[in-house]
Amino acid sequence: MLMNLFKFKGGVKPPTNKTQSLGLPIAQAPLPTRLVVPLHQSIGGMPRPVVKAGDKVLKGQLIGQADGWISAAVHAPTSGTVLEVALHVQPHPSGLDALCVVIEPDGRDQWIERTALDYQAMTPEQVREHLQQSGVVGLGGAVFPTHGKLTASKTVPMEEMVINGAECEPFITCDDLLMRERAEEVVRGIGIFRDLLQPKKVLIGIEDNKPEAAAAMRAAVSALNEKFDVVQVPTLYPAGGAKQLIRVLTGKEVPASKRSTDLGVQCFNVATAYTAWRAIAHGEPVVSRLVTVSGNVDAPRNYEVLIGTPMDELLKLANPHPDTDGIVMGGPMMGFLMPNNQVPVVKATNCLIAHSPRIFPPAPPEMPCIRCGSCAQACPHELQPFEMYWFSRAKNFGKTQEYHIFDCIECGCCSFVCPSRIPLVQYFRFAKSEIWAREREKNAADGAKERFEFKQLRDEREKAEKAEKLAKAAAAQAAKKAAEAAAATEATSTETASTSAVVEATPTVAVDAEKEAKKATILAAMERAKAQREAAQIKNTENLNAQQQRDIAEIEARREVIQPAAPTAVDENKA
Amino acid sequence: MEIVLAIAIMALGAVVLGAALGFASIKFKVEGDPLVEKINSILPQTQCGQCGFPGCKPYSEAIAKGEVDINLCPPGGLEGVQRLADLLGREVKPLEQEERPKQIAIIDENTCIGCTLCIQACPVDAIVGAAKQMHTIITPLCTGCELCLPPCPVECIRMEAITENLDNWKWKFPVVEIKAAPMQKAA
Repeated sequence: MLMNLFKFKGGVKPPTNKTQSLGLPIAQAPLPTRLVVPLHQSIGGMPRPVVKAGDKVLKGQLIGQADGWISAAVHAPTSGTVLEVALHVQPHPSGLDALCVVIEPDGRDQWIERTALDYQAMTPEQVREHLQQSGVVGLGGAVFPTHGKLTASKTVPMEEMVINGAECEPFITCDDLLMRERAEEVVRGIGIFRDLLQPKKVLIGIEDNKPEAAAAMRAAVSALNEKFDVVQVPTLYPAGGAKQLIRVLTGKEVPASKRSTDLGVQCFNVATAYTAWRAIAHGEPVVSRLVTVSGNVDAPRNYEVLIGTPMDELLKLANPHPDTDGIVMGGPMMGFLMPNNQVPVVKATNCLIAHSPRIFPPAPPEMPCIRCGSCAQACPHELQPFEMYWFSRAKNFGKTQEYHIFDCIECGCCSFVCPSRIPLVQYFRFAKSEIWAREREKNAADGAKERFEFKQLRDEREKAEKAEKLAKAAAAQAAKKAAEAAAATEATSTETASTSAVVEATPTVAVDAEKEAKKATILAAMERAKAQREAAQIKNTENLNAQQQRDIAEIEARREVIQPAAPTAVDENKA
Repeated sequence: MEIVLAIAIMALGAVVLGAALGFASIKFKVEGDPLVEKINSILPQTQCGQCGFPGCKPYSEAIAKGEVDINLCPPGGLEGVQRLADLLGREVKPLEQEERPKQIAIIDENTCIGCTLCIQACPVDAIVGAAKQMHTIITPLCTGCELCLPPCPVECIRMEAITENLDNWKWKFPVVEIKAAPMQKAA
């Protein structure tokens, strides 16, 4: 089929280094000695642990409950015993810890009961719910919960659905082999997404350096009688970026401020479609993924790896060379060095590259920017990296936003072409995270201000209400006393008191009356206390032995001495 | 005669323009001092009173009147002083007090006797609880102002610095390491 393809500006062509790991079919990685499964593996809410140390779990059993709509469940990758739920280092550039469930496999790899579902008999809501409960997330690297992307915009009709099999990063071949070996299941998974979103067209984009994968996908599409278009796109980094692939296949440009569904287009990775099919048709939650192991190793290959496998155990399978000094997760363009070699494989791990100075020579020193503009020509988003660099460096974050820093996808093309070897992307990441932090602070400050002002308002209102209440009570008391006084004067005195005199007398009478009332209350309280004291009977006086009786007599004698003093003190006070 | 006409024209002009200005001053009257709002938006809204004023708003009013220095707000940090200086055209001064890392209050619920004193002291309603019931801090709302510490009769509130975690972690400014060139050794 001939199709009019669009182009995106810029892009680079780094050496692909893909052939090394394409020679062998996908292998199942053996069970590791222990699994460290991070609970927070997707964008959104942090799943809550639902197991504790000592629990026996089965393969596919829920261990982390999704928290909120944008969050996905986490499952035990194999059967075994939970050793602990504790903090462990994450495969994250920060090298910080996060909550993980550590499982010791029992070697049996026993599944929970799996039920195949017929998604066509389910409502779309049920399908989305099931995908969330199965932990299906975008396996292209962004790990956004997939069910959150499966709702079409209410106003814009779905035009195209783009399936991303481009895989443009050097070294990575896991999607390529997935499409070659499991094309049918990928296509069935795409069918689920199609039925949920109802797009007019489904476009499967595959870079033209993967002819076998494209052929396998075409065969699967025609075998299943689907109407998906398998389109080969030119090999150019970063054609596999969601926004770039959408641009190439549909001509639509998605700005940072909008969602792609607002433009009637949505994009999924092929591996995501595969896991969605496994989750629906086989009842298998996401507990493993394909990982390319390459770089400074003897036997580069793709492995089906359980989530939570320590990276060093996985790397050992490929026989790393002795000069290996680290592990890069992801490709050489966007990947980063792991904080240590024991960090676990997570849902975002598509590739491990054994790092050595031979493959990744140390970066030459950064030179001043000469404003050559190479970065602007290479930028696939038509940004001006040299300007953004300038302002990021000067920490002038307002200006970086004017130059649309949030449209930057951190693909690394600008750093790749920079003749001065400036780590441009690092500056942009720095600027972005600073802007986010400031935004968080600003929101917190606004909230605090609002609550502070509300509290002040409330305090004032309460004070006013109290004052009003007191004034009312005092007025009522005064009126009562005045009436009583009037009645008293009328009853006792033979002289008729003039009304005006009573009114004049009212304030003093009121004050006196109030004092009197208070005194009466105090006296009444004292009486009550006295009565209570007297009412308290002496208990447990029966069946006493001689010793106890002697003790009591002694105490009573002492009390006799003290007690006469007490009333005198009260009398003195009264006087 | 001409001079009278000239004076009349000028007087008429003055009356018309005066009326226009008077109308504008009523119609476009600015409620409150906009400068106070601007200063207040720079202050961190911890409402801690470390500046000596009962809250951020009174401090910003005092700054706007020019009565006090701009370096009295430790939670705002040196960056806050810098931004105030930029806004007001004043000189940047080092902070009066030491800048401390951000912290939040934690109530030891086992010791808490439920006296509600801290609830009354909290300026931003970040403590929940009722009389004779356990109190606790709503962590995301706490500004770390320490105003709840002194009223607590059983000293069950402590301050804890906010540690770096995956949610608040930031990329660092790229630093180029400068290494000494390897020494050439004579063979």
